[in-house]
Order: sequence, then structure tokens, then C-alpha cells
Amino acid sequence: MMATLASLGATAPWWAWPLALFIACFFLGIVAVPAGVGGGVLFVPIIAGFFPFHLDFVRGAGLLVALAGALSAGPRLLEGGLANLRLALPFALVSSISSIGGALLGLSLPTAIVQTALGVLILGILLLMARAKNSEIPRVDAPDVLSQTLQLHGVFRDGSSGREIEWRAHRTPLGLFLFVFIGIIAGMFGLGAGWANVPALNLVMGIPLKVAAGTSSFIISPAAALVYLNEGALLPMIAAPSVIGMMLGARVGGYVLNIVRASVIRRLVMALMLFAGIRALAKGLGVWN
Amino acid sequence: MELTVQSLAPQQRYARWLRWSTRLSVALLVLGYAAYVSGLLPAHVPIENLPQLWSLPAGRFLQETGVKPGWGWASFLPNGDMVVLAAIALLISTSILCLAAVIPLFRQRGERLFVGICILQILVLALAGSGLFSVR
Repeated sequence: MMATLASLGATAPWWAWPLALFIACFFLGIVAVPAGVGGGVLFVPIIAGFFPFHLDFVRGAGLLVALAGALSAGPRLLEGGLANLRLALPFALVSSISSIGGALLGLSLPTAIVQTALGVLILGILLLMARAKNSEIPRVDAPDVLSQTLQLHGVFRDGSSGREIEWRAHRTPLGLFLFVFIGIIAGMFGLGAGWANVPALNLVMGIPLKVAAGTSSFIISPAAALVYLNEGALLPMIAAPSVIGMMLGARVGGYVLNIVRASVIRRLVMALMLFAGIRALAKGLGVWN
Repeated sequence: MELTVQSLAPQQRYARWLRWSTRLSVALLVLGYAAYVSGLLPAHVPIENLPQLWSLPAGRFLQETGVKPGWGWASFLPNGDMVVLAAIALLISTSILCLAAVIPLFRQRGERLFVGICILQILVLALAGSGLFSVR
């Protein structure tokens, strides 16, 4: 299949790859929503693995895809109380600063090293997705001092039960520390960070799962995307069809969620990630080019 | 523990600004991209040359196309590819606008800590966008 794709890359008209990219992103957008993963974590390994674009451009577009998805869903989440601005702001600041470092590191390392590390990371994320048991409404006995100072608490109405649920955060310093690393990884590999943000907010800081998932999109920092823009790693012909395709697909994904079991889609996405992770690893190690 | 209407005000204002700034920048992105690929706007990098260039690292791509790192691309406006980049820059910068919009509300409520966090975040984003941090 790889030989076929490579020969297509050499002979196809210029519009073939952007069109294929748009179609691929449309389908990634459809499955990303029901599977509960951000677009970036699917986009980067799959597009880097099977399209002829350099990893720099794929990571730049990956950050943009993750950001666009978060921005378009953001207003509804904020107004519905499923995202909390107060909770997002301190963590967004920390991950912004570290994501700049991650972006600069990712753009200065040799491509093969980043590609190999991407494969390892995707397989690690897959393991996290398979094993992490998020807690719907974690128990928080006592908020820490920093959480009290920042007033990291709130109320949200759970749509499925109709109940109003109060929440508060604990272990805030540990959470901030974790977000330093999450920002570095997000900036380095061009991934959105929902896969790490949600467990950090939910399992470490005791934020209810729905609030953690909603707030997570506001912690995806645009700072790394600005670094990629400055470094010439945002190519219009790659970034625009990716963003448009993913946004349209995500709209359809919202409907798919109502008719297909989320667990089926989640398994499909995990199989895709396994394949893409192995491909990224093999490409980085030079055994499957 | 109870959330008051006042405490939700910054969140509601952020949501409003986010909605309109995102809609505007996505609309510009779609229109700019349509004008770029249809040839309505000329391209700085000829579209038919892209398949030979998009497999190069970003640094080599800049060298080959004569675009300087940082905001060098802006000097090639209004070429179609650069109009798309401008729309992307706007999309990335929407949160700066939203943060600036909520600062007065946090200030009115005497929440100096959150005023500081918003200002710091705007500074970080401005620094990231300034091109001061570079690997080239």
C-alpha cells in the first residue's frame, strides 16, 4: 500500500493530496467526537504516516485542528457550564509557556527522532485510553490552599440525571506540575492535549468527568501554534483543508453519536491509533518508509 | 460554594467573544482558501510546485520559497496563500481578544489574581507570536 501511495505522490495532480486530506479529516472528525478524543491525536500520526507531507507541516496543522475544534465547541460548553473558565485559565497559562518550549524542541530535533518518539507516544496514549478508569464524579474531601485561593469550584447541571452537582478541586499544585509536561508534549508533537488534560483534571484534581472534558478544550494552547506559524510550519494547502474537513466531520460526528454506540467507535479509533502508532514508530526507525 | 450570576459573567462574555471571533476567522479561512485554490487570488508559491515542496522540512521550505521566518509571510499579502495564513493567524489569536474582553470584569470584581493571569497569558501569546523564540 505504501508503494502505491508513494507512486501516487509522484504522479498525482497537485489537488489530489489536499482533496484526500480533506476527505480523511472529514472522517477523522466524524469518529473523533463519539470516541471522545481530540482531533489532533488522531490527525498527526495518521496524516504523518500515510501522506507525503513533512512532519513539521503535519504537526503545525495538527495543533490548528485541535485548536479549531476546541474554539468551535467552546462557547456552547462555557454557556452550558460544562467548561469552567476559572479552572482553565491558570492551567492554560502554565501549558502555554511549556508548549512554546515543546514546539521549539520539536522543530529543532531531527525528524526521525520526533517520528519515533511520536510512535511511542501514540502507543502510550492508546494504553492510557485502554486502562484509565475515569471517575464520573470524584470525591474531594478538602480543597487545597491554592484551589481555595483561585476559587476552583462550581456547579453544573448533569443533563442525563438532571441533577445539579457541586464540585471543587484538590491537589492543584500537582495538577499545575503535570500541565507543564502536558504542554511540552502537545507543543512538541502538535497533538491536542485532551488525552492528558482530562485524566489530569479528573483523576488527579477530582474534577467531575464532564467538566474536565469540557474545560480541557480551553487548556489547548494557541502559543505553540504561533511558534509553528513563525517557523513556517503552517502550510496553507495542508492546514486549511484539515481544519475545514475536521470541523465539518465533527458536526456529523455529533449526530453519529446518537445512532452508533460510542464504544464501537472508540474501539475503531483505538485500532486506527494502534496502526498509526506502529507506522510512526517503524517510519521513525527507518524500517517502513 | 454556590456560583453566582456575577461569577459567571466573565465566562459568558468569553463565550460570546469566542463565538463571534471564531466564526469570523473560520469564514475568512474558507473564503481565503477558496480564492487561493480557485486562482482568484495569485499565489506566492505556485500551487503546482507544492508537491515538490511539502515534503521538505519547514526551514528548507522557507529558504526555497524566499519567505523569511516570523512575520515574513505578511509582506507577501494579498497573495492567496498568505491570505489563508492571515486567517489562520486570526484563528490562533482569538483567545487574546477573549482574554482582553474579560479583564475588565475580573477587575470590577476585585479579582486581581485572575486579572494578572489573563494579562500574563496575553503576554505569553504575544511573545510566542512575536517571533522572538526561534530555532532558525
